[in-house]
Amino acid sequence: MPASPSIERGAMAALRLAASVLLTLFGLLLATFLIARVVPIDPVLAVVGDRASADTYQRVRVELGLDQPLYVQFWRYVVLVLHGDFGRSVLTRNPVVEDIARFLPATVELATAATLIGVALGIPAGVLAAARQGRWADHAIRLVGLVGYSVPVFWLGLMALLLFYAELGWAAGPGRLDIFYEDTVAPVTGLILVDSAIAGNWAVLRSALAHLVLPAGVLGYFSLAYISRMTRSLMLEQLGQEYIVTARAKGLSERRVLWRHALGNTLVPLVTVVALSYASLLEGSVLTETVFAWPGIGSYITGSLLNIDMNAVLGGTLVVGVLFISLNLLSDLLYRWLDPRTR
Amino acid sequence: MVHRCAAFIFLLLSAPLGGPARAAAPPDTVVMGKGIDDIVSLDPAEVYEVSGAEVVGNVYDRLVEDDPRDATQIRAGLATAWSVDSSGRVFTFRLRRDARFATGAPVTAGDAAFSLQRAVALDKAPALVLRQLGLTKDNVAARVRAADEGTLVIETSRVMASSLVYFCLTAPVASIVERGVALAHEQEGDLGNGWLAGHSAGSGPYRLRLWRPAERYVLDANLDYWGGAPANRHVFVRHIKEAATQRLMLLRGDIDYARDLDKDQLDAIAGNPAIRFDRGVQSLVTYLALNQRNPYLRRPEVIAAIKHLIDYDGIAHAILGGTRIVHEAFEPQGYLGAIDDLPFRYDPERAKALLASAGLAEGFAVTIDVRNASPWTEMAQALQSGFAEAGITLTIVPGDGKQVLTKYRARHHDIFLGEWGTDYPDPHSNAEAFALNEDNSDAARKKTPAWRNAWSDPAMNAQVAAAMAERDVGRRAALYRALQRAHQQTAPFAFMFQLVETAAHPATVDGFLIGAGPAENRYAGIAKH
Repeated sequence: MPASPSIERGAMAALRLAASVLLTLFGLLLATFLIARVVPIDPVLAVVGDRASADTYQRVRVELGLDQPLYVQFWRYVVLVLHGDFGRSVLTRNPVVEDIARFLPATVELATAATLIGVALGIPAGVLAAARQGRWADHAIRLVGLVGYSVPVFWLGLMALLLFYAELGWAAGPGRLDIFYEDTVAPVTGLILVDSAIAGNWAVLRSALAHLVLPAGVLGYFSLAYISRMTRSLMLEQLGQEYIVTARAKGLSERRVLWRHALGNTLVPLVTVVALSYASLLEGSVLTETVFAWPGIGSYITGSLLNIDMNAVLGGTLVVGVLFISLNLLSDLLYRWLDPRTR
Repeated sequence: MVHRCAAFIFLLLSAPLGGPARAAAPPDTVVMGKGIDDIVSLDPAEVYEVSGAEVVGNVYDRLVEDDPRDATQIRAGLATAWSVDSSGRVFTFRLRRDARFATGAPVTAGDAAFSLQRAVALDKAPALVLRQLGLTKDNVAARVRAADEGTLVIETSRVMASSLVYFCLTAPVASIVERGVALAHEQEGDLGNGWLAGHSAGSGPYRLRLWRPAERYVLDANLDYWGGAPANRHVFVRHIKEAATQRLMLLRGDIDYARDLDKDQLDAIAGNPAIRFDRGVQSLVTYLALNQRNPYLRRPEVIAAIKHLIDYDGIAHAILGGTRIVHEAFEPQGYLGAIDDLPFRYDPERAKALLASAGLAEGFAVTIDVRNASPWTEMAQALQSGFAEAGITLTIVPGDGKQVLTKYRARHHDIFLGEWGTDYPDPHSNAEAFALNEDNSDAARKKTPAWRNAWSDPAMNAQVAAAMAERDVGRRAALYRALQRAHQQTAPFAFMFQLVETAAHPATVDGFLIGAGPAENRYAGIAKH
């Protein structure tokens, strides 16, 4: 029995999507590999140091496979990656996969908390700004957003530490935990909030939360700035639509018009906004991680790059790229689910 | 489960409002904030980085040590007596009987022989220090041997200054490892290298409890240490890269020592009565290198002129603060044969006259390669300004540290601004680096700074060899002093500064000893009052 046209269309769409994702991943792999190989830096230096003998230098160069043609190096790398092996980090001496499993949860925890703050405050702020367009509330919210966009995160992080940690003592300092709580909870997910809750270790959970508040607040502010501006813009577009005029003419309360009808219709594009914001925090929180001594994936990749630890750079970049693509994919799927017109 | 979920949610909501939950440091525990992401291994046979050397210095013993308070003196380590025979090649070390490893096993000459043989056999980067003594993979088993349980014999390949041999043996690579532990963890013939990268098997005042790359390391005191138990029980060193963050944590009492404060951070707490500073001059020297492949930089008058266009005092004061002192010779202050002559001062008029005598009164243009980090770019800008006074156009080429180094090693630079630390606390280490270049060809095996700048002076090569072989310590020191004075006048290197390591701590904590190099920094005396 022939498949129905709708199933065929669905299968074709899934195939196209899979091909697109695979092609993107291959492009990412190739681009990062080539960038890593063409930078004017000698990766052997990272292994043997500046003063090694010519013999040691040559031996390590061969061990790293750098004596092989570029295409051979790439092919070997692709084969390893397909086996889930990103090689071993020069700096940590661990398999890169293990390093990523250790550093990524810290960033996920931070970015998730920041996004929650951004969404919880940014969407209402954007709605309010749109509803009060041109009035002081709108100006104030736009100003907050503008500052969030303009101020360097590095500076804001230091100022937040100075005020809330050093001066007022309201927040805990840098790091994920007080140092004496480190390693007191067995890692299950790598997310300390979750692991400490599973272990029932409330002192560690409390310490983790206290340490998370400040960096998440700083990153959340940037997320808030982006989300509130986008929400405002999307809401203004909706508030000019005829169905809003109709709703008001029918006597619906302003609250219902705003929060149910207008916001309801902006939720679809907002999903993409939030997903992009979250993805950018996953890959771009390196400065916050530096200021707050937060052992995340951004610091790991940056430190590896500065030390020409190419396996770590390639593995880290690839994982962040996959996360970025996955989030985009997820937002696309949500988009289709929320908006029947796009199916 | 429901109870746990409720507790989780309650804490989630209440923790940020209730202020930080702080686990205070016990009085017997020291916490330091420091950038430690340079550590790639803690195996003494492999350690070549600043932070790693400091760990090894505290966890392992060596046969002999340089005195942290006077780097020109050798003092007893695991060996209580040492001597050299009349041939000048056979060195004998008598080991102390009361030394034990952290496992409780006694330290024997067999362990010492194994450790040195292992370092040469593994042939990691620091093995060059031991190769200096003529030890190779092929001969090390015969030339480093345990005569009996408590006597170690080392035979060098040629006659060399005994002080050079002893100073080489104070380097981290010559640390004594417990043979049984290393071999018990051997994998695929690595002599325990993989395991020792993240564990310890030493007899020093501490043992390594934990090292998490780019996160922290933790040392526990060895209470049975032959030199006496440390004044503290645990040392936590946390990776904190940002200097401003270190300062804030110090002020809040979350760390006892801030180790990487820059000029701005030091200035900010200089007047704080609750904070004290430990300072020590270390062996890292800052220098300008002039590539002799550049036709302008090859002229002696230009080399001399450039040395008069550096505002040494201005840079030291305005850019470096208390983090470096002016030092114009290749041997670090405090080393055998070091000199404190300051023959060059910022003098643009004299520089102009020198350039005019070279037929370059109109000046010329060159580039300077420099790390794109503070204070290097600020220093390069100050040099640019000074050079302009004499008509030299200096274009700054900033780059990542490794990128700049790659270019430097390939001899593709004009001028290089960087720093250099000694491999071992003997004057030959830097003399070899900056004055010796016996093969100036591109295929040379030794790529020292002298080679990297395509500079070779046969007379100076001979002077370096003579100083290396001189067995009388006094005469040897005199040879290095003469060598440096000649080097200052002719070599295409302008030495400018020497590092002052500064550690800030509360007034209630003291006892950290800053030695002549990172491997000589000692935690054992740190106590809280």
